[in-house]
Amino acid sequence: MEFSELIKLLGIVIVIIGFILKLEPILIVLLGIIVTAIVSLMDPITLLGTIGNSFVANRGMAIFILILLVTGTMERNGLRESAAKLIGKVKGANPGKVIGAYGIMRSFFAMFNVSFGGVAGFVRPVIMPMAIGAVEAKGVVPNEKHVDTIKGMSSGMENVAWFFWQVLFITGGGNLLVQSTLAGLGIEVELLELVRVVIPVAIFALVWAIVYYNLKDRALRKKYYGDAVDKTKE
Amino acid sequence: MTFTDGFTNPMVWFSDPAVATSQKLLEIMFIIMGLVCINSALRNLFDKENKAPIGSGIFWGALGIVLLSGRWLPHAVNGMLIVLMTLPAIFRKVKMGKSDVPTDEYTKNQAKKIGMKIFIPAFSIGISAIFFALVLPNLGAMVGVGVGVIISALFLMSFNRETKPTIFLNDSRRMLDVIGPLCMLPMLLASLGAVFTGAGVGDVIAQVVAPLIPEGNMTIGIIVYALGMVLFTMIMGNAFAAITVMTVGIGYPFVLALGADPVVIVMLALTTGYCGTLMTPMAANFNIVPVAMLDIKDKYAVIKNQIAIALPVMVFQIILMIALS
Repeated sequence: MEFSELIKLLGIVIVIIGFILKLEPILIVLLGIIVTAIVSLMDPITLLGTIGNSFVANRGMAIFILILLVTGTMERNGLRESAAKLIGKVKGANPGKVIGAYGIMRSFFAMFNVSFGGVAGFVRPVIMPMAIGAVEAKGVVPNEKHVDTIKGMSSGMENVAWFFWQVLFITGGGNLLVQSTLAGLGIEVELLELVRVVIPVAIFALVWAIVYYNLKDRALRKKYYGDAVDKTKE
Repeated sequence: MTFTDGFTNPMVWFSDPAVATSQKLLEIMFIIMGLVCINSALRNLFDKENKAPIGSGIFWGALGIVLLSGRWLPHAVNGMLIVLMTLPAIFRKVKMGKSDVPTDEYTKNQAKKIGMKIFIPAFSIGISAIFFALVLPNLGAMVGVGVGVIISALFLMSFNRETKPTIFLNDSRRMLDVIGPLCMLPMLLASLGAVFTGAGVGDVIAQVVAPLIPEGNMTIGIIVYALGMVLFTMIMGNAFAAITVMTVGIGYPFVLALGADPVVIVMLALTTGYCGTLMTPMAANFNIVPVAMLDIKDKYAVIKNQIAIALPVMVFQIILMIALS
């Protein structure tokens, strides 16, 4: 391949280096844009026009700003506290069960584009005490490595549930981007069709995450606490 | 492209019968979103507690103008406004203003009073969006979100007499302040994708992968497209940056051009890309920041707990793409 062609990939290299150097994400993306324009000899007006045109075409992804008009006020009126109460209803809990229940709740709410404050706002103050408390309730001291795995799994559930279920929110950012990408290729698609396609993926991802995390948690409890857990019926 | 390309007179645009009603309603929603951002800009600009009033004002102000009037401004002017708004973000001059976050006591009290009813306004937006998509497809899901927000606000006002329109504005400003400049990243990544495409990056990638795909073999095309999405997402840290380039470079020429269903192929390519997001430290806000927030010793603990989920989900989706194509 010609060098003049391969050099066009320099923007991608810049993005990788930027992330490795932990630069500001917005700076990285801007550098990627500028470098790609320079190596492909794009004139400045076309570059600005391309940035502007695509940003405006994807303004729909900013729809969350409209939703924020009510999100803050929902939190003011106890959304997070009520969510904590809802998940607190999981009884006879062990860490795997708590994380699984959180996955179901988070997935369900993700379909409505509702989140409870992420790792800082919900996992740390609500899910962690419940999961670790469930171990302590069995009369054992939680093993440090088990606790770290519980934390990792909780964050994993947070991500998996949100990624694969928020695409079921019909005007989710990903869906709008797929629609506008296809429109750029001259193919018109309906948002509803896009949602329908990902339903089996969402279900598979959530079910597998729940099963896997429960198996993993059970194995770790057996490894670290042995009989202490087996005696109490789950 | 010339400097004035894209300029339209909004009055003419709104009175043009050829423009669909849903488009006009959508534009009104963008105007409201723009005003919400401009409200944030002005409040921060005159906020004595904001450590960077000018930077914050420029960022939210420029974003507000693009949202509000981007449809009618020349493309290049929008481009300049976007570059302008990245500057305070890059120099970390977008800061939070005076916070009027409700006390724990207040929210606990409200939770006691309102209880599970609070989920009604939480659900009304999504339900309204689906309702519009199914029953009023001419107006569409986006307009449904707008109507849903109004319904949600009405519920909130009926639950709590103290909830006045200014409360919504104050609370939304606080939320925007918390999210900060990263809220523009998805749109900026879409622009990166567009510049890649405009520069011909997609074509270069097509040339690179062409020898891997036997001519006319859709199954191999799908596998390369899906794995390309995962790999590119891992490199870029974000599936949004990957989908445009991969679709133009691989998805279109090697899969869609052979007659596959674009809805299935491209949508699942995006969610296959999400499997890449689960496996890369480049997606720091999802995979690395929680490690710090939860005080985990192993820096890659989140990723390690996600790989065994990402890989089966990836395989499942590739099979689904092949089966439904």
